[in-house]
Amino acid sequence: MAVDRSRLPALGPEPRFRFPEIRRRSLANGLCILTVEHHAVPLVSFLALFPVGAASDPGQRPGLAAVTSDMLDEGSGDLDAIELHESLGRIGGHLESEIGSDATILTLTSLARFADRGIRLLADMLMHPRLEQRDFDRVRELRLNRLVQMRDLAPALADRAFTERLYPDHPYGHQPIGTEASLRGMALAEVGGFHRSMFIPSRLTIVAAGDASHGALGDLAEGAFGGWSARAGTMAPVDPTRLPVPPPPRERLAVLHRPAAAQSELRIGHVSLPRSTPDYHALLVLNMVLGGQFVSRINMNLREDKGYTYGARTSFDFRRGPGPFALHASVQSEATVDAVIEAMSELRDIRGARPVTRAELETGRAALTRGYPQNFETAEQISRGAAQLALYGLPDDYFSTFMPKVLAVDEAAVTRVASEHIDPSRLLTVLVGDREKIGPTLDRLDLGAAAEIPPG
Amino acid sequence: MHIPYTHHRLANGLDILIHEDHGCPIVAVNVWYHVGSKNEKPGRTGFAHLFEHLMFEGSEHYDRGFFQPLQEAGASLNGSTNADRTNYWEVVPTNALELALWMESDRMGYLLPALTDAKFENQREVVLNERRQNYENRPYGFAGMAMMAALYAPDHPYHWMTIGGADDIRAARLDDVKAFFQTYYRPRNASLAVAGDVDTDQVLTMASDYFGPLEAGEEPPRAEFTPPPAITSDIRLVLEDRVELPRLYMAWHSPALFAQGDAELDLVGEVLASGKTSRLYRTLVYEQRMATEIAASQNSREIGGFFQIVATAAPGRTLAELEGAILQVLGTLSERGPTSLEMERCQAQAEASFIYRLQTVGGFGGKGDQLNAYNVYVGDPGFFETDRSRYRKVTPEAMQRVCREWLRGGARIVLSVVPRGQAALALEGSQPVSVA
Repeated sequence: MAVDRSRLPALGPEPRFRFPEIRRRSLANGLCILTVEHHAVPLVSFLALFPVGAASDPGQRPGLAAVTSDMLDEGSGDLDAIELHESLGRIGGHLESEIGSDATILTLTSLARFADRGIRLLADMLMHPRLEQRDFDRVRELRLNRLVQMRDLAPALADRAFTERLYPDHPYGHQPIGTEASLRGMALAEVGGFHRSMFIPSRLTIVAAGDASHGALGDLAEGAFGGWSARAGTMAPVDPTRLPVPPPPRERLAVLHRPAAAQSELRIGHVSLPRSTPDYHALLVLNMVLGGQFVSRINMNLREDKGYTYGARTSFDFRRGPGPFALHASVQSEATVDAVIEAMSELRDIRGARPVTRAELETGRAALTRGYPQNFETAEQISRGAAQLALYGLPDDYFSTFMPKVLAVDEAAVTRVASEHIDPSRLLTVLVGDREKIGPTLDRLDLGAAAEIPPG
Repeated sequence: MHIPYTHHRLANGLDILIHEDHGCPIVAVNVWYHVGSKNEKPGRTGFAHLFEHLMFEGSEHYDRGFFQPLQEAGASLNGSTNADRTNYWEVVPTNALELALWMESDRMGYLLPALTDAKFENQREVVLNERRQNYENRPYGFAGMAMMAALYAPDHPYHWMTIGGADDIRAARLDDVKAFFQTYYRPRNASLAVAGDVDTDQVLTMASDYFGPLEAGEEPPRAEFTPPPAITSDIRLVLEDRVELPRLYMAWHSPALFAQGDAELDLVGEVLASGKTSRLYRTLVYEQRMATEIAASQNSREIGGFFQIVATAAPGRTLAELEGAILQVLGTLSERGPTSLEMERCQAQAEASFIYRLQTVGGFGGKGDQLNAYNVYVGDPGFFETDRSRYRKVTPEAMQRVCREWLRGGARIVLSVVPRGQAALALEGSQPVSVA
């Protein structure tokens, strides 16, 4: 058959997609288990979610939650750190731990035939970490070294300056890794205290997903965690939903001078909304149009039209409390001022001067909805999806309501949330780059005097 | 365990590989062109990758960018270039398969009529910014370039990295693009894999319709090279960079991809530096705390490989200490081989990694990408199981043998990367090396 190249082929009827069914089991100790069957490959993935993250660091101890989560795989029960990892290796296990502002998440994926050993190792790490002095000393030292290395990482410098200026004296105002002074002053007893009072069964959600039945997955998790005695936490994690919204920073432009930097690292943004906002779906569509995908306005302008950068993007970092909205890019030094001017005009114009078009709306919505099933291909992806439900308190039918809610967003809604939730007068611009190369033209930005960000 | 597939070759030489997986209503389209930076010439390095960028800028029958219609259909998509090949992929809902094939075949057949000076110049700037972001502005970003330049002579095509030299990228011309396309971007030099929730016969019909009419082109020339002469005495180099902590790079020539000894060295890398139980991590980071991080890997490519160990010094510790400890660990492994516990662990990890690779149909490393890799590199898309058995067959004696054969003293490139102005922190006798 001769193909018709005069036009693109029409899409066929939308394929049906059935979201994986999530089942729940609650244990007497308060722990919640979510199970999802996924039989594509003989793997099982266990995810442990504690709604305790860097925002729960005590005020004087930024970095404590991260060190605590780092200590979990440094030996538990009868096993020292080496023996623990030996056991993980023998089951082909893959352990990841990550810490954000609102939560600590550990994920262990292994061959399905070793699921029992896997979940027992994970349970031991969470319930009975050994927390020994020599391991603590080493973990702390590695983190201090990491902080030293971050001094040369432009993206890390920009993120840190941006966060600190948006959230002064606020639980969201520091990086999870903390600061040198805090890490140096930290004692092992603080880690033990944090673990004991924060990591309690009633706060834990286990997501078990993979090549086994709901019943078997639930039994595995219950067998491993059922014996963990219920107790009250002596310290309550920060409740991010009650966090205040910090006032906008006084200075709207801040520059960190990095002599001979090859590019300028750029952040523009302000404090935004929590995950619970009723405008969530409209903001997702707005972001797709503005800077959330390759064909978004900001990437097409800064990269495909001007060639200032390898890529520019925006994101709403939705958290339980008010997370940041931010534009990220690394731009050619000499084009820094022009790049900021172009970015600012995109951020301003979408609020009304150049509102979203029908075509942009449709592209943005379609990318979100038609691409959605791709997020449910592997057991680990499904676990992560289910963990979001637990962390943000979303209903069990959340996945199946996602697409209709996105499709209900229209142009008026996108323009409304843009004008309500992107506020040019509050935007903070952070630049990390060579001031000589950026040039004397920062005044053109009309953002007032630039604050100097001290190095280190 | 394998990736079941159907294989057809069109009259124009294009290989079509189809794999059905009905787990999720998505399908992956994956195209490999057997061309990479090793097909470049000195003075024009970085070109294969720059060319890859132009493949996303539109083609004759749809000249408004490659991303727009696909993102609108719910696709994720990307491409990448390395020394040996360039790949492109889309993962789309099944109802957009025809669209993806339309787009891929249009740029395979009709890229040049849509190409303009403006697009070319724009993407050259984008690539220069990519180079700044990922290499020039990144700590230790020049180390890879220095290592490749030291391992391979200037006329060997692995002498330069895929990103290329900044001056070479600036020197690229639109006419070069046209010649490159006509030489390498032909169906007979490509392999198409379609993997996902599809019917094999329908895919074959559709793919034949879209790709069948494209001209086969001439057989492209093979990359020319002289195998690198053996290193006969250690070469010590020093590079000053904007870094806080000195770092040591140590590399040897090693077998090519799938050659004798390749899998064994892969497992040697596991035993040395994968996880806290590995020998180097345990000794240098865990017990003696002289290093903050450690890595060891067999980097095998089509016409040669190199085995590399990278270690970053903890504050106050010297690269000489690191080197001594690394050589001692290597010496013990060469003398006594891995333990049975280590064998059990690295075999289990290798086994698991093959199963992890079966989880996704598309994207980098997904099943479509693997079918094409095996097809392009060994001419057998069904090589998965053979590949896996390479690792199962590895014995402790064989691992000991490859350590002795390849990871020898007097055959190493050793690069010290040190903070600017502190060349004295390098290993003794290191020669300064400059990377632009």
